Amino acid sequence: MRCLVTGGNVKVLGKAVHSLSRIGDELYLEPMEEGLSLRTVNSSRSAYACFLFAPLFFQQYQAATPGQDPLHCKILMKSFLSVFRSLAMLEKTVETCCISLSGRSSRLVVQLHCRYGVRKTHNLAFQDCESLQAVFDPASCPYKLCAPARVLGEAVLPFPLALAEVTLGVGAGRRVILRSYQEDEADSSLKAMVTEMSLGEDDFQQLRVREGVAVTFCLKEFRGLLSFAESVNLSLSVHFDTPGRPAIFTVEDSTLDGHFVLATLSEPDPHSLGLGSLEPRRPEPRLQAHSTPHQDDFASDDMDSYMITMETSGGSEAPWARPSGSPSPGPQPPCSPAPPSEDEDEDEAEPTTVPGTPPPKKFRSLFFGSVLTPMRSPQGPSSVLAEDSDGEG
Amino acid sequence: MPLLTQRIQDESVQYSLVASLDNVRNLSTILKAIHFREHATCFATKNGIRVTVENAKCVQANAFIQAGIFQEFIVQEESITFRINLTVLLDCLSIFGSSPTPGTLTALRMCYQGYGHPLMLFLEEGGVVTVCKINTQEPEDTLDFDFCSTNVINKIILQSEGLREAFSELDMTSEVLQITMSPDKPYFRLSTFGNAGSSHLDYPKDSDLMETFLCNQTQVNRYKISLLKPSTKALVLSCKVSIRTDNRGFLSLQYMIKNEDGQICFVEYYCCPDEEVCESEY
Repeated sequence: MRCLVTGGNVKVLGKAVHSLSRIGDELYLEPMEEGLSLRTVNSSRSAYACFLFAPLFFQQYQAATPGQDPLHCKILMKSFLSVFRSLAMLEKTVETCCISLSGRSSRLVVQLHCRYGVRKTHNLAFQDCESLQAVFDPASCPYKLCAPARVLGEAVLPFPLALAEVTLGVGAGRRVILRSYQEDEADSSLKAMVTEMSLGEDDFQQLRVREGVAVTFCLKEFRGLLSFAESVNLSLSVHFDTPGRPAIFTVEDSTLDGHFVLATLSEPDPHSLGLGSLEPRRPEPRLQAHSTPHQDDFASDDMDSYMITMETSGGSEAPWARPSGSPSPGPQPPCSPAPPSEDEDEDEAEPTTVPGTPPPKKFRSLFFGSVLTPMRSPQGPSSVLAEDSDGEG
Repeated sequence: MPLLTQRIQDESVQYSLVASLDNVRNLSTILKAIHFREHATCFATKNGIRVTVENAKCVQANAFIQAGIFQEFIVQEESITFRINLTVLLDCLSIFGSSPTPGTLTALRMCYQGYGHPLMLFLEEGGVVTVCKINTQEPEDTLDFDFCSTNVINKIILQSEGLREAFSELDMTSEVLQITMSPDKPYFRLSTFGNAGSSHLDYPKDSDLMETFLCNQTQVNRYKISLLKPSTKALVLSCKVSIRTDNRGFLSLQYMIKNEDGQICFVEYYCCPDEEVCESEY
């Protein structure tokens, strides 16, 4: 595999890596015929991001040497990001960037040719892995809006940087409303400020929506793609459906496209006033001990098609890889009386501390399918990460 | 600075050292470049002042402020040596604030009566005078790295601009910084071996940044990165840096720093190579 990026595209690539780093800790690199794909998923599997750089993006692009198997590898996000850490420096001093796979040693080689003949070579360790792919289809989402990134960037400016989630909805007069989302905690009365931003129809290049629809997703993760779109001056499209179904954010131009797929809250926001009539769902009482109401939600969510299958590592486990077989933290139903650690032994008892991820206890569906060859179907509980375990215990 | 001069003349005291500066930053900036430990040794002769900071008996930094930098510089004895808390000294020198306000200068008069006496600092800005008295301590012997030019094997002089970003982005998860200097490729290479993998930064001998390239023999030496990282401060202030290694693999880094008045001062770092013998990874 050998790709050569030159000129301003080096910074674009760096910016994409920065965006991906807002989502996950591991970067999946896959050079394909259609281009170089960089993907990541967050630790609770509630956010997936993917950039595809077409061969045109590169000055030279060779996905695989003839006769060699195509490469799927994953690399620590921190490692790859360290190459592109300073975007200002990339712009100022880097002339070309060459990414290649060293045949003999299992190292991903990133070489930056800089001003004054200076050359930086990074030999990064990587791990072979299965392809990571989410199953999603923007075309299947009934609602879509599209606006220049600048417009959306200005729209999220008033929201505090620490705000975890935001609700995007359509109100009266087809106005698009963004509102900060409050968790319904006992101390919510102490939270003094709710921010709401409303945009008129005219700000959008495309608005295929219905009054009253609304979805809530993680703002921090959205900001990742938004800052990329702003820096390359592209339009951003949001494809969404009913609450609980993932929202798909896309950017594209002739040489690249990016998709961020974020889970959305499946309960309607009980405080969402002024958004018109919401989806007819039973409002969930917060402190009930039983969890049967949620069962119905899942059936209608068509969960099975959204389950993820754990990728199996080709080589030995790196110390930092998650042990295979342990189920990834599923979202906890808020009404579950048991503390999260009882339900599943996972290494993330405090998902709220994972930066950029909304508290998984509220997010139900994990919505990935794995692209495996038809012979290999998901084998059973040990390979399923995201079993929504209402029926625990 | 009539106020400060007045104050001194009123006292009938003999000072071993009197040094005056119209702009205190011409001293404080240089001292910040070597401030990686609490304490420093000051050594003054009629030629100027040298301030030395050491760490782990492996690295030494020296700041030279020659007599010509000062508006007034009097040294009554052959040589004066004392140890002082550099953190406190810098805090006092920056007592009127460290960020330069355009148009205002802070003046300094530094006086030392001799062994056993504190260092007196008189600072004045806009008519306000501050007096600081800092206790001095027994001078400790400073290391003699015995680095002489006759033993220098490889020497390069680079424009600092080329190294600045590299040094500030050094992979600190690597324990060592490996420096390769060679008459053949890669000519001059800085390498780190961290958690992510290895990184190499290569400077060709014909680069525009390279002012002097005199390498006779291929040398590959490793130095503890934690000891060299503080030199980034000096690098950032400097316009040129000379990098030399001798036959023992000892490293000398000399930074040419221009102060606000365009005068030249020098800071140098000496470092001995890391003792562990290991194969370098590629």
